[in-house]
Amino acid sequence: MDGVIQLQRQLVDYTTSLYKEGFLDDQFKQLQQLQDESNPDFVIEVVYLFFEDSERLLNELSKTLNQQNVDFKKVDAHVHQLKGSSSSIGAQRVQNVCIAFRNYCEEQNSEGCLKCLQLIKHEYSLVKNKLETMFKLEKQVLVAGGSIPMH
Amino acid sequence: MESCNCIEPQFPADELLMRYQYISDFFIALAYFSIPLELIYFVKKSAVFPYRWVLVQFGAFIVLCGATHLINLWTFTMHSRTVAVVMTAAKVLTAAVSCATALMLVHIIPDLLSVKTRELFLKNKAAELDREMGLIRTQEETGRHVRMLTHEIRSTLDRHTILRTTLIELGRTLALEECALWMPTRSGVELQLSYTLRHQNPVGFTVPIQLPVINQVFSTNRVVKISPTSPVARLRPSGKYMPGEVVAVRVPLLHLSNFQINDWPELSTKRYALMVLMLPSDSARQWHVHELELVEVVADQVAVALSHAAILEESMRARDLLMEQNDALDRARREAETAVRARNDFLAVMNHEMRTPMHAIIALSSLLQETELTPEQRLMVETILKSSNLLATLINDVLDLSRLEDGSLQLDIGRFDLHGLFKEVLNLIQPIASVKKLFLTLSLSSDLPEYAIGDEKRLMQIMLNVVGNAVKFSREGGISIVAFVAKSESLRDPRAPDFFPVPSDNHFYLRVQVKDTGSGISPQDIPKLFTKFAQSQSLTKNSCGSGLGLAICKRFVNLMDGHIWLESDGLGKGCTAIFMVKLGLCGHSNEAKLQFVSRPPANPMLTNFPGLKVLVMDDNGVSRMVTKGLLVHLGCDVTTVSSGDECLRVVSNEHKVVFMDVSVPGIDIYEVAVRIHEKFSKRRDRPLIVALTGNTDRVTKESWLRVGMDGVILKPVSVDKMRSVLSELLDHRVLLEVQ
Repeated sequence: MDGVIQLQRQLVDYTTSLYKEGFLDDQFKQLQQLQDESNPDFVIEVVYLFFEDSERLLNELSKTLNQQNVDFKKVDAHVHQLKGSSSSIGAQRVQNVCIAFRNYCEEQNSEGCLKCLQLIKHEYSLVKNKLETMFKLEKQVLVAGGSIPMH
Repeated sequence: MESCNCIEPQFPADELLMRYQYISDFFIALAYFSIPLELIYFVKKSAVFPYRWVLVQFGAFIVLCGATHLINLWTFTMHSRTVAVVMTAAKVLTAAVSCATALMLVHIIPDLLSVKTRELFLKNKAAELDREMGLIRTQEETGRHVRMLTHEIRSTLDRHTILRTTLIELGRTLALEECALWMPTRSGVELQLSYTLRHQNPVGFTVPIQLPVINQVFSTNRVVKISPTSPVARLRPSGKYMPGEVVAVRVPLLHLSNFQINDWPELSTKRYALMVLMLPSDSARQWHVHELELVEVVADQVAVALSHAAILEESMRARDLLMEQNDALDRARREAETAVRARNDFLAVMNHEMRTPMHAIIALSSLLQETELTPEQRLMVETILKSSNLLATLINDVLDLSRLEDGSLQLDIGRFDLHGLFKEVLNLIQPIASVKKLFLTLSLSSDLPEYAIGDEKRLMQIMLNVVGNAVKFSREGGISIVAFVAKSESLRDPRAPDFFPVPSDNHFYLRVQVKDTGSGISPQDIPKLFTKFAQSQSLTKNSCGSGLGLAICKRFVNLMDGHIWLESDGLGKGCTAIFMVKLGLCGHSNEAKLQFVSRPPANPMLTNFPGLKVLVMDDNGVSRMVTKGLLVHLGCDVTTVSSGDECLRVVSNEHKVVFMDVSVPGIDIYEVAVRIHEKFSKRRDRPLIVALTGNTDRVTKESWLRVGMDGVILKPVSVDKMRSVLSELLDHRVLLEVQ
């Protein structure tokens, strides 16, 4: 029992730190609220969908930005999508970079865009790691027989 | 003897006689011949002689007579037969003509005579006409004068000018020696000489108004000849000369208050001025009728002109008065407005001041409730909380008394537990009652519905007030509360004659009777009870408070279409307070709807919108999944599409709501919304369209609504937000606020 409690505490601390550091925002909490008996893996499903979607978009962005004549409209469309996805799950930092990215697109500043792209990739990988770690911890708790503490 | 054709004269020829006869005959013949000649000559000269034929006849007669006499000349001596024949012929002719003439003259002479009478008649007529012409001319003159005078008089609205002009013009027209106007003084006892023709400013002569000569003049509207020696005519101090004829006429002075259109000729006023006119003394002139008529007319005109001037003065005065009054009213209004504003400010400030401590109490009590408490403590804290909530409501109402009074207060209608309300009232009053060792009984009739629709808070307030009063004014015994549904017989109460309750299917009348064994009320105090701030002697002993309680209760009861009154058998015999209010019945149709409003689920696992079919359109996979999850969590049956075309294809009248993510570029959301509107012509069939947008621009919201969206939601959407959105949408079919 002690181990469960410890694991739970670890999970709580970790999750709290994610919020504190701005990786996740309130939207993620909302997602967690939607998870119930009829939908037990809701959060994981959404998050993995996010990962898939984001990776696709990032590849597209790289391709488009590395062309001779950058089609900024297309870039903007992709970034818009990414922004939407990240805001849907509450990936705050990714979302913020998207906003900056869009500004550069409007200015048709390819240098700025490239910089943003790098930044997004960085943020994305960060948040991906964090979330994966969090899920692992959750799994451990469940396996140990405890329940995921609600916030 | 042999008959020679000679005729012997009858008589012997007497020379002298013969000679005279001869001469006479000759002259007769001459005359006989000349008369017709003359006649003819003169008739020819005159153009007008109607009987020429007679003249001819007459002429012939005369000529023949003359001829006869002429021929007679030859018969004095021996004459031949021819002469005799001629003579006879002439005589015969003459006889014929003269007889004819005689006959003719029988007809003619009467005619001729009548011509003469006609001539006389015409002459008389001519004389008459002449006279009349003279009269008309004088009248014409008079009229001209009057017109001119009137024009002069009426061209001004100034009283003095009118009178002066009158005198001057009259003096000129009639060539008067002197003309004077005597006006009645303010006291009405004397006449004062106000205007004269010759003197510019007459010295104030006065004569008493009751003189016989004055009465005589005032009694008729005609001009009256008066004696030159009467006091009103003695205008010159020196009385040496013999003044000419004097006339006087009354001039009615119309007062605004007695000017009536209908009796203009018969004036009801008694005020007259006297106008005196004097002819020059040395002209031996007489007053002619037309001159007198002129004076009468002028006097009338003057009266009219004066009345106009008076009316004008009056209306100017009235207008000035009105302006003053307007100013005063304006000032009063501004003062009143200031007072009202001051009162409102005061109320607002006091409002705030009172509410702050109340909020502190409520907040802290609720916090206290959250902590660890013993059951007794918990009960106490709950009572504190309930009481302070009530107090807060009471403060709101007291400070909004003005809103109550001008009827702008509205009840908060909602579904509530009626039985529960009574029980709560009992619980609240119980402690106080037991302290005073009073028993409290509550009896609810079996047909009293469990739930009702009405203003719970205010009803509780009424109950508490009534029961509280009962407790307050009872020193021993107890209070009994009886509540039942008022039946139609008991609906009309003789004590409430102006209360006409109308029973209907959706409503019932709740009748509550609170009987106490307290000090009672004397019958004369009962009407005063419901007036604010009025307290009778017997009540003031134990009472405190401003006396607003029952007044507020009455207002609330009235707002609930009800009636409240008190009955008492007298002092010391207790009192019963009865009130009836109209409450709504809780039918099944209401229940289902109200469930969403009044029972938010404590457990998020509970679904609120079971099976509600919705459509979600979003091209972003993640976002779509999240929205779907949200709606599924709330129990909806969700279909997802990722494009506008797909949306239009899939949407059906089974879908109650369509959520469209409008941050999707490239899809014309407007177009989709319009097409959906077109697809479902009946409002009932059409699903509600809600736009999900990350754009917080207010302008966009308006444009969404204009295009046909029923609501706009800002992303991110929380569970609670989505829940409230759905319930509002289903209730009102439109989202009133941006959520």
